[in-house]
Amino acid sequence: MGYPHSSHERETPVLSKYFGDPDARTLAGWRARGGYTSLDKALGMDPVEIQNIVKDSGLRGRGGAGFPTGIKWSFMKPDGKTHYLCCNADESEPGTFKDREIMRWTPHALVEGVAIGAHAIYAETAYIYIRGEYSEPIRLMQAAVAEAYASGILGANAMGSGKRVDVHVHRGAGAYICGEETALMNSLEGRRGNPRIKPPFPAVAGLFGQPTTINNVETLAAVPHILREGAEWYQGLGREDNPRSRGTKLFSVCGNIARPGNYEVTMGFPFGEFLNDLCGGALPGREIKAVIPGGSSVPILTREEAENTLMDYEGMVASGTMLGSGGVIVFDDRQDMVKQIARLARFYAHESCAQCSQCREGTAWTTRILERISAGQGNARDFDTLLSIADNMSGKTICVLSDSCATPVVSGLKKFRAEFEAKLGPDHSRGVVPVLLTSNRTVAA
Amino acid sequence: MSDAKDVKMISVTIEGRTTSVPDGTTIIEAAKTVGVLIPHYCYHPGLPIAGVCRMCLVDVEKFPKLAPACATTVMEGQVVHVHNEKAREARKGVLEFLLINHPLDCPVCDQSGECELQDYTFQEGRAESRYEEPKRFNPVEDFGGDVMYVPNRCILCTRCVRFMDDVAHDPVLNVSERGDRAFIGKAEGHDLTHAWAGNVVDLCPVGALISKDFLNKARAWELDRSASICTGCSQGCNVTVETRDNTVVRLKPRSNTDVNHFYLCEQGRLDYRWINRRDRLDQPQVRVQGTLRSVDWEDALDAAAAALAGRRVTVLASPNSTNESLFLAERIIARQGGAGVFRVSIGGEAPLEGVADLSLRAERAANATGARLLGYRDASEGLASSSADDTLLVLDDVLEGALDERIAALLAGAAHVVHIGTTLPDVIAARVDVALPITNHTEEEGTFTNLRGRVQRFLQARTAPGLARPSWFVLSDLAERLGAGTGAYSAADVFASLAGHHASFAGLSYATLALRGLPVVDAEAHGLTVQMATV
Repeated sequence: MGYPHSSHERETPVLSKYFGDPDARTLAGWRARGGYTSLDKALGMDPVEIQNIVKDSGLRGRGGAGFPTGIKWSFMKPDGKTHYLCCNADESEPGTFKDREIMRWTPHALVEGVAIGAHAIYAETAYIYIRGEYSEPIRLMQAAVAEAYASGILGANAMGSGKRVDVHVHRGAGAYICGEETALMNSLEGRRGNPRIKPPFPAVAGLFGQPTTINNVETLAAVPHILREGAEWYQGLGREDNPRSRGTKLFSVCGNIARPGNYEVTMGFPFGEFLNDLCGGALPGREIKAVIPGGSSVPILTREEAENTLMDYEGMVASGTMLGSGGVIVFDDRQDMVKQIARLARFYAHESCAQCSQCREGTAWTTRILERISAGQGNARDFDTLLSIADNMSGKTICVLSDSCATPVVSGLKKFRAEFEAKLGPDHSRGVVPVLLTSNRTVAA
Repeated sequence: MSDAKDVKMISVTIEGRTTSVPDGTTIIEAAKTVGVLIPHYCYHPGLPIAGVCRMCLVDVEKFPKLAPACATTVMEGQVVHVHNEKAREARKGVLEFLLINHPLDCPVCDQSGECELQDYTFQEGRAESRYEEPKRFNPVEDFGGDVMYVPNRCILCTRCVRFMDDVAHDPVLNVSERGDRAFIGKAEGHDLTHAWAGNVVDLCPVGALISKDFLNKARAWELDRSASICTGCSQGCNVTVETRDNTVVRLKPRSNTDVNHFYLCEQGRLDYRWINRRDRLDQPQVRVQGTLRSVDWEDALDAAAAALAGRRVTVLASPNSTNESLFLAERIIARQGGAGVFRVSIGGEAPLEGVADLSLRAERAANATGARLLGYRDASEGLASSSADDTLLVLDDVLEGALDERIAALLAGAAHVVHIGTTLPDVIAARVDVALPITNHTEEEGTFTNLRGRVQRFLQARTAPGLARPSWFVLSDLAERLGAGTGAYSAADVFASLAGHHASFAGLSYATLALRGLPVVDAEAHGLTVQMATV
């Protein structure tokens, strides 16, 4: 973890090695820790060479989708067009705060990773799109970029290589959906942050209509380490029986747990040990009831399921959930799962961009039913309706926000049905309903 | 665009029917070629693709998920199912979602009867609602111009937003707020005052954007509809005249990609009340001993023929007269000698920026081009000399307004004045010898020629007042009496005769014009075509 507690001996601090070390924030401090040697090396390499090293390392997207980074970069060909790299630092997934720490403690690690990434995809311009609420990380990233420009690391002649690398820090205005890559591009362009229809994919027509690659903060921050230590070193991190998930992964742990915070472990780490030893297990006198392992959009696990899960892309899928962003949310036996799931649904209803019918209406409808059940006015029909709405909301929209709202509902209803049933009141199907979503709209008289 | 022969053709099977369409065609358009309508809301052929309503999801074999037919281009050998269970269930889900916050106020909604939400729900939606929660509420808002916004009925398809952004180039509309609180917002301090803004009402698939002019006037199913042409300017936009109990209550654009695409301007759309005017000339009248008296048609036609016989004739024609009646009057001029002139009022241009060569034209008349092609001169370019022995034949020119000195002199100096018109203005009534009532363009059949030389038919939409007869019928009878007849028994006959006499119209007929029209054969030679920017 590195901050505020020192790392656990079972952790493998690569990205988090300097968390809590203020000296690592400055350019001088970062250089003293071996910083920018990878960029220096990379700028002298052919982009394809870098792509191949990243491919060989087995690095996959850390934002949630897990797409192999080297392959994503290899979609970008030297076609004479202007290319862009976007670093997705929107980190809007509830329960996730790993990118925040990378930017807070090692901003130069990200600047270095972004610059290498830009060169690897034949781009001269990169944008770091940071969630608007992240005031401190934004300030630190801006300072790091300014330092990098002042010392010639960025600019028209990056590190004296003769190559141009420009990095811009962009502050988002606070929308969950702007973490979706195409919405992020719209937002960067100054448009409403609505996801775009794919195709065209960003590698063909992305930011400003140009070929674009979008990578998560954690993904890009890992690249300098891979270039410095070698693909084989990174390949060597992870459980032996799963060649598809390699390297380390940061997990943000929050909720009803003894030691919340960020933990960096190798892929395939046992989730039971992670929760009970690294994170200290449940709070005194309590018991863990449920865990959301990868940010609020992934299916919920019961404690038993979680303890038998391995923390990598495939391990999570084997347990019926997803690695996602690595945002671990822990619920103990005090928590009312109906209320928690209703709260998640309300979040998605609030954040739906309103484009697709299923998402706009479905997230709000789901929320109203869940809040009604939570208020003790549910009826037996509601469960079927919720599952049917969830089905109608899944796999049918431009982006996956709609699916993300349906996921906790479906897994929650499956795994904690007794809690839902205990909430049912007398049949109030046409009675007074205390829950009303109203418009925020004001109309001039 | 490349030549048609260069385009690769793609073979697809939609609902079991195989078709071949150019590469790049979307599934929704390919389906139209085999007669399959894929239900949709946000898609519109005149607007950029949004892909947001998710109503057009279809099941494409070998695709893992349902695909939006509006945003998916065809691929060789693709097999598409529109009406299988998977696709139908998805649409049923969308319909249910669209209805949960939609008020069930169809009985008082103007869109009822021509509402796509109503139609598709009836066709394949749920019979009962599962929604037990309160509905979201937003107040009605006046969007300015002719447009009223009822947000509770809105399904956020964004057609209106895309029209104002990408077609009108006047981006005053937007989607405001998020989630189900979203609504169509209007830029602060701006109204839908663009000359073409009223099209958002037509584009709206539900009753969210409604016309203030048409508000509560009629139910859609009470209306009779006829194909017609707008007479507001020389663009010649194709319209549908909608009447209730023989009264025109609304004009709607009729799609014609060669003229107005899907659109109609505010001027054309809202200027229809004159069609219903009650103070019509509805009986033939002849001046007897200084007083105009109503007589029967035969006597009136005889009197008109007598006033014209053996004299040169000056025809003062309205530029809204049909090609047919202008042709027949021209036949009389050819027989008797004389000349034809017309006066056309001029206004400001108002182009629709996103569509090539579509504008509210300065020339505010439907058939000035037809008049020119048939040998009439614009009065502003000078009148033909006339003498006191001439007869003035007024063909529905109202003479009111800017009655310049030359026309006043013409009126005062003519030996006789014969008026063939829909009304009898005072200034003519005082001087006229014979007045013959004719129908206006919604009461008869005929053709106009637009500024690009496109000849377009219009059909009868309402019955004639009193004894009024179609203009071609009256002029045909009169020409017959003067020995200038064409032996025509219908508007189509008159047009056939016109096509035989005038090289510009050679080969055209009512059958070939159909309802989309055709350009005159020598439009280029007359300088009527535009050099379209290559797209």
